Amino acid sequence: MIVFTIIVLIPFLLGFYFSFTEWNGLDLDKAKWIGMDNIHRIFTNDDKFWAAFKFTLKFTVVTVVVTNALALLLGLLLTRPMRGRNTLRTIFFLPNMIGGILLGYIWQFIFTKGFKTIGEMTGWHFFELPWLGTPETGFWGLVIVFVWQTTGYMMVIYIAAIVGVPKDLMEAATIDGASYFQTVRKVIMPLVMPAITVCLFLTTSGAFKMFDLNLSLTKGGPGTSTQSLAYNIYAEALVNNRYGLGTAKAMLFFFAVSIIAVTQVWLTKRKEVEA
Amino acid sequence: MTASRSRLWAIAAAAILLALLFIAPFYFVLVNSVKGLGEIMVDAASLPDKYLFSNYSKVWDIIKFPKALWNSILITGISVTGIVIISAMTGYRLVRKPTVFNKILFTCFISAMIIPFQSVMLQLVRVTSFLELRANLFGIVICYLGFGLSLSVFLFHGFIKSVPLEIEEAAVVDGCSPYGVFWKIVFPLLRPIIVTVIILNGLWIWNDYLLPVLIIGSNKDLTTIPLAITRFFGQYTKQWDLALAGLTMGITPIIIMFLMLQKHIIEGISSGSLKG
Repeated sequence: MIVFTIIVLIPFLLGFYFSFTEWNGLDLDKAKWIGMDNIHRIFTNDDKFWAAFKFTLKFTVVTVVVTNALALLLGLLLTRPMRGRNTLRTIFFLPNMIGGILLGYIWQFIFTKGFKTIGEMTGWHFFELPWLGTPETGFWGLVIVFVWQTTGYMMVIYIAAIVGVPKDLMEAATIDGASYFQTVRKVIMPLVMPAITVCLFLTTSGAFKMFDLNLSLTKGGPGTSTQSLAYNIYAEALVNNRYGLGTAKAMLFFFAVSIIAVTQVWLTKRKEVEA
Repeated sequence: MTASRSRLWAIAAAAILLALLFIAPFYFVLVNSVKGLGEIMVDAASLPDKYLFSNYSKVWDIIKFPKALWNSILITGISVTGIVIISAMTGYRLVRKPTVFNKILFTCFISAMIIPFQSVMLQLVRVTSFLELRANLFGIVICYLGFGLSLSVFLFHGFIKSVPLEIEEAAVVDGCSPYGVFWKIVFPLLRPIIVTVIILNGLWIWNDYLLPVLIIGSNKDLTTIPLAITRFFGQYTKQWDLALAGLTMGITPIIIMFLMLQKHIIEGISSGSLKG
């Protein structure tokens, strides 16, 4: 058993090791030590990286809020007695089975062709915007697709948590004359807090690390206006062939992700209660 | 009663409307995948005048669909099997022998879960080409093992803690070898968490794009479905009739899989995330 662990850990730890040591410029096979130059360059002279950073932050905040609000709402809806609720659950979950790459292509079609047709039919201005053609619509396009993709997954987690709320607590609340909304706020919400922690964590890290969607839906464009951090790193290393700079960015990315993830878990953990 | 009934109806109606909104993209893709290009450009919403299944047969050959499907199945299958076996064993060992070394190891696994893939991918490319693990099946499986292990070990670790030690002791008293204890006693008990691990990893590996592109991108014989579709898309950018047929083919296997295993998948995901 230990042998197995070690065999598998080698590539894994190597990756780990390299990520902390290769701070130097890595030009094809001639790795040259240039000290803190990469870091210095990123901090002083790389607008695109910071634009991508800002974009990613904005994207993360918006999607985390929208996805979780919608998923929690759906979770509450679909745990009430209702005919066909299993079918509905299936439908909401379906987009999640498809990978980001394929989803991006599907939506590229919807945004450019489907929306146009709907716009012509209904005359609604919303559908006639130049979707994906401007930084604004590109951003919201990504938000829509991301929400569409992740909501179902989060909904499943919320449903599991809501179903797990003890029945007697709900009954007690009803007997004491609490309305449904009061029950939700005072009984269900505190008890599903662990699920909220998990979902917030999953959506935050998912949104922050978004790559596949970005690549296939907008390719970071128009220009580089909708480049996410992950995409920026990828482009720097594999398109511009600046591995060293890419690696340095990747390190910063790692720190940003860990800081955000840890603070967020710490913040919501404090709100959890024991049932 | 009537007031709450009508409110329930309103809720149901809202839910159904939302569900329609959720499923609409699939409608668009399906409907347009059997139209000619001209018809798509004129009207992308209506049902086709004439069903053109030739789109499918054309794309089938262009992307070598059977080959891509087989590669996807192969890579996902081998990786997931490997992950399940190795991480179950590792998790078991870590729980039952809590030495200092093992505790450190476990902490490593957990902290590795936070590392975003993009932070290690460039170094990974270097390491794998150095070890000659690029562009072959073995290489990509090793990579998936490495990346999949931390979460899986974590899940197994949590689950094995709840497996009572007495059963194992009884087995040992009855003369069972350590491996026998694990394979005959513990492993069958782990079934629920094994389902979870299979599903979480299977979905991820099946849909993954970046790792295959980096590791097997140059070897055309190993192209997986996401790679095949992407490459195809690059060549036929505005040919939506063919592109959509390709997309439909790309998503069909996973959708069928989901509809068949729905119960397990949903259970797997909820238990996986709430225990984690």
